Amino acid sequence: MKVGRPNKEGRWAWRLTGFVTLCVYIFMFAPIVATVILSFNASMFGGFPMTGFSLQWYGKLMANEAVLAAFRTSLWIALVTAVVTTAIGVVTSFALVRFEFPGKQTLSTLVILPALVPETILGVGLLVLIKAVDQPRTMLLLVLGHILLAVPYVVLITQARMVGIRRVYEEAALSLGASRFSSFREITLPLLIPAVVAGALLAFTISFDNTSASLFWRPAGVETMPTQILSMLKISISPEINALGTVMILVTVGIPLIGGLILQSLTRLKRRDEPKEEAR
Amino acid sequence: MGAAKPAVEFRDIDIAYGKFVAVRDFSLSIRKGSFVTLLGPSGCGKTTILRSIAGLVDISGGQIMIDGRRVDDVPIYRRNIGLVFQSYALFPHKTVFDNVAFGLKYRNVPKPEIARKVGQALDMVRLPGSEKKLPSQLSGGQQQRIALARAIVFEPQVLLLDEPLSALDANMREEMRVEIKKIQKATGITAIFVTHDQEEALSMSDRIVVMNAGSVEQIGTPEEVYERPATAFVADFLGKANMLAGTVSRSDSTTAVALAAGQTVDVMSPRPLAPGSKVTVVVRPQKLSVGAAASGNRLSGRVVSTSYLGGSAIYEIDIGGKTSVRANAPINGRVAREGEAIEVGFDPGGCVLLDESGQRIS
Repeated sequence: MKVGRPNKEGRWAWRLTGFVTLCVYIFMFAPIVATVILSFNASMFGGFPMTGFSLQWYGKLMANEAVLAAFRTSLWIALVTAVVTTAIGVVTSFALVRFEFPGKQTLSTLVILPALVPETILGVGLLVLIKAVDQPRTMLLLVLGHILLAVPYVVLITQARMVGIRRVYEEAALSLGASRFSSFREITLPLLIPAVVAGALLAFTISFDNTSASLFWRPAGVETMPTQILSMLKISISPEINALGTVMILVTVGIPLIGGLILQSLTRLKRRDEPKEEAR
Repeated sequence: MGAAKPAVEFRDIDIAYGKFVAVRDFSLSIRKGSFVTLLGPSGCGKTTILRSIAGLVDISGGQIMIDGRRVDDVPIYRRNIGLVFQSYALFPHKTVFDNVAFGLKYRNVPKPEIARKVGQALDMVRLPGSEKKLPSQLSGGQQQRIALARAIVFEPQVLLLDEPLSALDANMREEMRVEIKKIQKATGITAIFVTHDQEEALSMSDRIVVMNAGSVEQIGTPEEVYERPATAFVADFLGKANMLAGTVSRSDSTTAVALAAGQTVDVMSPRPLAPGSKVTVVVRPQKLSVGAAASGNRLSGRVVSTSYLGGSAIYEIDIGGKTSVRANAPINGRVAREGEAIEVGFDPGGCVLLDESGQRIS
C-alpha cells in the first residue's frame, strides 16, 4: 500500500498492522508446517529436532494395512456423502426457494438446525436412537450420520445460489417449449453448478475430517482416517502420524483447491473465444 | 380458411389470488396479425392477463382460446407462444445461437434447419453474426433484440411482450419501438403488448385495451381512446386531459354548461341533456387555443406557468374557481409569460362530455 506522504504515526500503524498480521498467519500455519516438516524427519520420535531427511515414514505408512484400510474407508464414505448430500441439497433448495407451501419458513430453519447442535450431541443422539430401536451399528449408519452432518451446510450453499437464479429464466425456457424437467436440467442446474461443486467439496471435507461423531457411529472394527490417527496416538506420537497427517492435509486441502481450479478454468474457457468487438 | 378465428380470445376471465381479485370479467377477442396493447397503471392486471395467456398464471374462471383451441388446461410448454420479458431473460450460460435455437430444439427441428432459421431471425433483428456471443457481451438493446428473435424464431401463434422497453434507456426505447413494430408487421404475427407508457401504446398499437383495477375501461384504436375517452380514467391516464366540472344550463342545438370555475361554455352533446344535470367537459391540452388565436368558447384566465418547448408551449392557466387548465399551443408571435391575463378557447366539438359517474355521454 502506497501512502502519498506517510507521517510518522501512519508508518508505525502500518508496521504494527503488518506485524500482527504476520503473527496471526504464523499461528495459523505453524502446526501444518510442523506436521509436514516432521513427516520427513529421520528420527524415531515424532518431534523436533530434525535429525535428517527421510521418506521412511511414508514407506511405513504404505505398508500399514490398518492405515490403508482406514484411508479407503474414509475415502468411500466421503465420496458417497458428497454425492448424496449434494443431491439432497439441490432438491431441497429448489423446493425451498421455488415453491410456496405452508410451514416453508419452519422447514427452512429446521434443515439448518443440525449444524448448530454440537457434533458430540448429534453423535450420542443418533447412537441412542439406534440402540432404542435395537439396530446394530453399520457402515450405512456411519454414512447416514455423515450425510446428516453435511446436509445443512450444502443446503445453505445451494440455497444462496438458488435465490440468485431468477425465476424468469425458467419461465422463458417453459415458454419456449421445454418441459419442467428439461428446464431444470438445461437452465437451473447449469446455473447452479458452482454451488453444486462447492457443496460437494465441502461435504467431502466434512465427512473426511470428521472425528467425534465417527467415534460414536463406526461399526466395531472399522476405522476412518481420523479415528485411526486417534487410536495410533494412544500408543505414541510416532512420526508415522506426521506422515499420515501430511497425506490428510493434502487430500482435504488439495481436493477443494483442484475443484476450485477446475471450476475457474471452465468458466474461463467459455469466455476465451469472445470477439473483442465493443458492445454498443 | 373458413371464417377467420380470432388469434386469441378471452371469455369472462377472472383471476384471483386468494381473496384478491386481480382481473374481473375480462373479455377480449384479438384478430390475427394485429398488435394489441394492454395499457394501464401498475397493478391494473395487465401483466396478469398476459401471463395467463402464457400459462404462467392460472385463471379462476372463464376461458382462454388460442386459435380456437381452449388452452386453460394446456401446460405452458405446449401453448406455442413467444414471450419477451422486461428483463430480457436470456439464458446467461448459453450463447446467442443456443438461446435463439432453444425453442426450435424442443420442436425437433433438424439441425441444418435450426442453423438457417436462427441466422434468419438474427438478420431480422439486425444482429447477424452474433451467434457465438454470450448475453453478457451485449448491450441492453441488443439483448432485447436477441430475446425478440428467440421468441419469434419458431413462429409462435402469439407473441407476448411484457413491458419489453422499460428496462432500456430513452433513446434505445424509441428505436426498439419502431423495430418491434416493423418486425411484427413483416412477420404478420399476432402481438399482445403490455405497457404503462401511453406513448408506446399510442404509437405501436392497432388496438388499445385501457385497464384499471382489474377491469377494462375502454377498448379501441389509439385515435378512439385518445379522442373519445370512454371514462374519466381513460381521459386522465392518456394525455392528462383537462377535466372541467359543470352543470348543464341550456340544451338546444348546442349544450351550454356552466362550469364550476364560473364561466359558461357551449359544447356539442351527442344527445340532448336535461338542464341541471352534472357533467364533466374533457378537453385535450392540444385542443385549447390561447391568446389571439383563441376561438370557439372563450375563457379568460391568467397564466400560472409557461414551459417553452420550441415549436409550442405548454401553459398552465388559472380560469378562476381554483381551476386551472393545461394548454399545449403552437407559438405564433409572442410567448405568454407568467401572470399575464390571457384568453383560452376551444371548439364546441373539440371536447368530450362525461356524466356524473365518469362515463362518456354518447
